[in-house]
Amino acid sequence: MDEVFKALADASRRELLDRLRADNGQTLGELCARLTMTRQAVSKHLAILEEANLVAVVWQGREKLHYLNPVPIHDIADRWIEKFERSRLQALGDLKKALEARDD
Amino acid sequence: MTDRGSNKPKFVYVTYIRTTPERLWAALTDPQTIKQYWFGMTAECDFKPGSPWSLKFEDGRTADTGEILEADPPRRLVIRWRNEFKPELKAEGYSRCTMEIEMADYYPDFGGKAVKLTIHHEIEGEGGGKFIEAVSGGWPKVLSNLKSLLETGNAAFQR
Repeated sequence: MDEVFKALADASRRELLDRLRADNGQTLGELCARLTMTRQAVSKHLAILEEANLVAVVWQGREKLHYLNPVPIHDIADRWIEKFERSRLQALGDLKKALEARDD
Repeated sequence: MTDRGSNKPKFVYVTYIRTTPERLWAALTDPQTIKQYWFGMTAECDFKPGSPWSLKFEDGRTADTGEILEADPPRRLVIRWRNEFKPELKAEGYSRCTMEIEMADYYPDFGGKAVKLTIHHEIEGEGGGKFIEAVSGGWPKVLSNLKSLLETGNAAFQR
């Protein structure tokens, strides 16, 4: 669980996860093409995300595809969020999203 | 969104569980165990290649149907899978769910060996975004429950 928090405690790595959430299964090249980070930096960040199991890797021929793996985040949520709190938190989350969308 | 033409909507989930491949296989294929971590739903199937497979709600309604394409205990299970209860999801046709079990030498959380479970779920035909989106919401919950059940004997929450 330490690895998950360490991996998430970095804005660049969170951005990589956002990119995969928008478009799952990208190669290193595809991720780099849309970012200002160097290829080495992206590669290093991906390795940390992989180590934390936040990114799952699938080889398709010679291509290494990266998938967002939300399971460890879900495990963390399960540890501290009780079942009965879930629907209320969902409602708060939806309200926040709706209010912030109006400000845009 | 990608340039890769063959790219289909697909999810890959990985979880590490402190158990044995045999116990994990049993949990994935035993209807009574499935019920404990799959929100009260259960599978009707003998998990032999070619056998029909279905997932039923607690009240007996059919949620999903399909067949077992591959079963190689305790390593690999492939299910052909179609939604039956939501017309717009059923219209997207069959998907393929592949479950792979392997020993991972080291996983930091445990400081030792763990079993790695990888789940791929993708649609067979073109499109299929809605179905994959629907199952993508369910898998992390099912996997968290499964992990919790195998490691502690209790699902984190029953449904």
